Amino acid sequence: MDPMEAIKITFFQECEEQLAELEGGLLAMEAGEADSEVVNAVFRAVHSIKGGAGAFGLDDLVRFSHVFETALDEVRTGRLAPDPNTVLKVMLRAADVLADLVRAARDGGVIDEARVQQIAAELAGCGAGGGHHDETPAGAEPAIEFTPLAFAMPVLEPELPPAPATHEWIIRFQPKSELYANANEAALLLRELSQLGAMTVELDSSMLPQLDALDPEGAYLSWTITLTTERTETEIREVFEFVDGDCELSVESAEPQVVAPTPDVFDVMALIQKVQAAPEMAAAPPLAPPASPPAATAVVAPRPSPPAAAAAAAAPAEAANGQGRADAAAAAPTIRVDLERVDRLIDLVGELVINQAMLSQRVMEAGIAGASAIGMGLDELEQLSREIQDSVMAIRAQPVKSVFQRMSRLAREVAAMTGKQVRLVTDGEGTEVDKTVIERLADPLTHMIRNAIDHGLEDAAGRLAAGKPVEGTVRLSAGHRSGRIVIEISDDGAGINRTKVREIAVERGLVSPDAVLSDDETDNLIFLPGFSTASVVSDISGRGVGMDVVKRSIQSLGGRISISSRPGKGSIFVMSLPLTLAVLDGMVVSLNEQTLVVPLTAIVETLQPKSSNVYGMGGDARVIAVRDAYVPLIDVGLLLGYRTDAMPAGEGVALLIESDGGGRAALLVDAIQGQRQVVIKSLEANYRHVPGIAAATILGDGRVALILDIDSIVAVSRTGDLATEPKLAMVS
Amino acid sequence: MIDLKTNGGHDRELISFRIGSQEFCVDIMTVREIRGWTQTTVLPRSPTYVRGVVNLRGAVLPIVDLSARLGFASADPTARHVIIVAQIGHQQVGLLVDAVSDIITVNDAEVQPTPDIASELVKTFVQGILAVEGRMISLISLEHVLPPEQQEAA
Repeated sequence: MDPMEAIKITFFQECEEQLAELEGGLLAMEAGEADSEVVNAVFRAVHSIKGGAGAFGLDDLVRFSHVFETALDEVRTGRLAPDPNTVLKVMLRAADVLADLVRAARDGGVIDEARVQQIAAELAGCGAGGGHHDETPAGAEPAIEFTPLAFAMPVLEPELPPAPATHEWIIRFQPKSELYANANEAALLLRELSQLGAMTVELDSSMLPQLDALDPEGAYLSWTITLTTERTETEIREVFEFVDGDCELSVESAEPQVVAPTPDVFDVMALIQKVQAAPEMAAAPPLAPPASPPAATAVVAPRPSPPAAAAAAAAPAEAANGQGRADAAAAAPTIRVDLERVDRLIDLVGELVINQAMLSQRVMEAGIAGASAIGMGLDELEQLSREIQDSVMAIRAQPVKSVFQRMSRLAREVAAMTGKQVRLVTDGEGTEVDKTVIERLADPLTHMIRNAIDHGLEDAAGRLAAGKPVEGTVRLSAGHRSGRIVIEISDDGAGINRTKVREIAVERGLVSPDAVLSDDETDNLIFLPGFSTASVVSDISGRGVGMDVVKRSIQSLGGRISISSRPGKGSIFVMSLPLTLAVLDGMVVSLNEQTLVVPLTAIVETLQPKSSNVYGMGGDARVIAVRDAYVPLIDVGLLLGYRTDAMPAGEGVALLIESDGGGRAALLVDAIQGQRQVVIKSLEANYRHVPGIAAATILGDGRVALILDIDSIVAVSRTGDLATEPKLAMVS
Repeated sequence: MIDLKTNGGHDRELISFRIGSQEFCVDIMTVREIRGWTQTTVLPRSPTYVRGVVNLRGAVLPIVDLSARLGFASADPTARHVIIVAQIGHQQVGLLVDAVSDIITVNDAEVQPTPDIASELVKTFVQGILAVEGRMISLISLEHVLPPEQQEAA
């Protein structure tokens, strides 16, 4: 590939990350949770995009990001207050425009020039409100003046005349914990400072508390640096530019009596002597390489020897790493890997697990005892392969943040279209789930957020009448629960109008008029195909698809969705999804010499049917009594055509399953073989979709076993037969 | 190997195999490998000519009983039966046949058009016929070996 193209691709990838950071930061600012670091991060994001765009000659992008950057700089320097209702609203829209421009630059799409101009003008208006920049509305001005870097430091120029000869400076540098949290490191700053001239460093660890009072993410160390250099104060301060606000910094001209004026490296010796006199003071050599021995030793015993001092310096940096992981993944070193390579790895590990299972089975068949050396070796192999499998799966796992962030833009747009005021609150964005699941979450989530705003929330008048704040809240949260990811979408709207839902369901023939339905059952009617509550098909949620499509796409991911609603208080949609689409916990059952796998998540309990609690219901239909409730008994063998005659009542094992939407049924099989985690294999890759079958897997004996599609089986058992046998007719 | 003398045109290699008393052949470029028969996992409600699926090094491979597919009696597979793993489009399919007999090199010009017979099956599968040492070998196309994708029942 053309190297320039490759760099460009990387640029666009980074743009996506910067855009995510930008939007995340702006939302934090909107919520009033932003400190100066967030503002700086937002500024840097736009600045980086502008820089990269300039390098590639993407003029539209440069022009807009410059206007954006200028406005952000006003905020950063405190000249413009980030008011959530005015300034930030504009900025969030500007972030959307910027994202569009980036994508247009990448994919060559068309952009709405008028919208860009308008937002640019609004941004410039914001900036002008600060009354500082003398540029006229910058968006309309193609020739933008590029003042090199807008890093305007609010620092007075030193009043001293530029020192022609060397001059001594006393620099006091006390990092705050934020400095480490943002993955900066004191040692690196000191090293950079040492480039300016000869310097001596004194560590002040007097703030260091006892170990039991130590906050591992706190910052306790400060340094006093004596620097002899020809540089000006401004240049010294520039070293600390990126940690501005994250540290206490003072730069003063040295008073001659403090340190001998001779800029001698051997000053360190004198310092060490001083330090030895005062045990809590430790001196670092001009620059010790940042060693990282265990932090605890360094903290417990700040001995006045140079290595220990260096260790002490490294300790907060290490603590910062810990916090960095928690705060922002960006702080951890990452590499970009082609997804294909990861997928290949996952496939291979799947093979490994299957092979290992086959090997175990062969060894068992050969009559080798489990306690023998071979047996034990195999056990270890099994553990290792499981661990490898888990770790490989973890590579594909990604936080749901990426898809959640898209929803905030959507919420803004839908809110603008409906004229409602909406606040989208997200929670648990760090929850990780397989990439393929994330990708396929976007559509159903989009639809549900639209629905929540369009149908869920009342309009302003309705909300006021109900005594609610005008601004509606839609909450989107994610979390892990018992090996699955659970995503909830709730709104504080009117809740489901059950009478109306029922009316519609009856009208469309979805339920019989005299059906007795619980509240929950009524709510779940909205998931039925052909149901749409909006009496007026609106531009936003009425696109001919209803909640049944959402449900189907969630189901195709092996997930479930349900709704609970309280009239006047709002509705909550709860989705539960598997963490990965590559493996599945299954119950292995046998059925007329065939082996099948039933997804464990669907199984509620297993039953031993007796002929006394199985009742015929006319025709072949049978029900089984489960604690006074009667559930349909589905003879899977018969349904799938594995046998021609129904299994006699009282034989086999029944698996009580719950299909999505809460319907229960009992699946009749011959016997249960056990539970197992299986690797999912596609049937469609080499064949096609088979009704009643979700996928295939390969068992320990090397044979293929089919995984049942519970919902399709239950649905089919209600309507009649599976798809009739394909005709032998040929394709023309 | 039988090498038919060529007189211009495009040469290609074919694999010939037996089903019952008849001989067929497919383009060698479509054949990935040849394996012995193994027990299959039966797919529910599939056409009779789909014998089921087997594990091909971690992939799920459908097995088509070519005898049944071509309108003959269903095979009663034994260990001596053979599965030809063929690439059809982006899919791999196993073809159950009695035995593989030969690799033949023919020239396009030697492929005779299929005689006009009413049978739909013949029209679908037989591309042409070859006369090799007094035997008739049908050249078949594998495009429509798998059952057509049905509307999903759901």
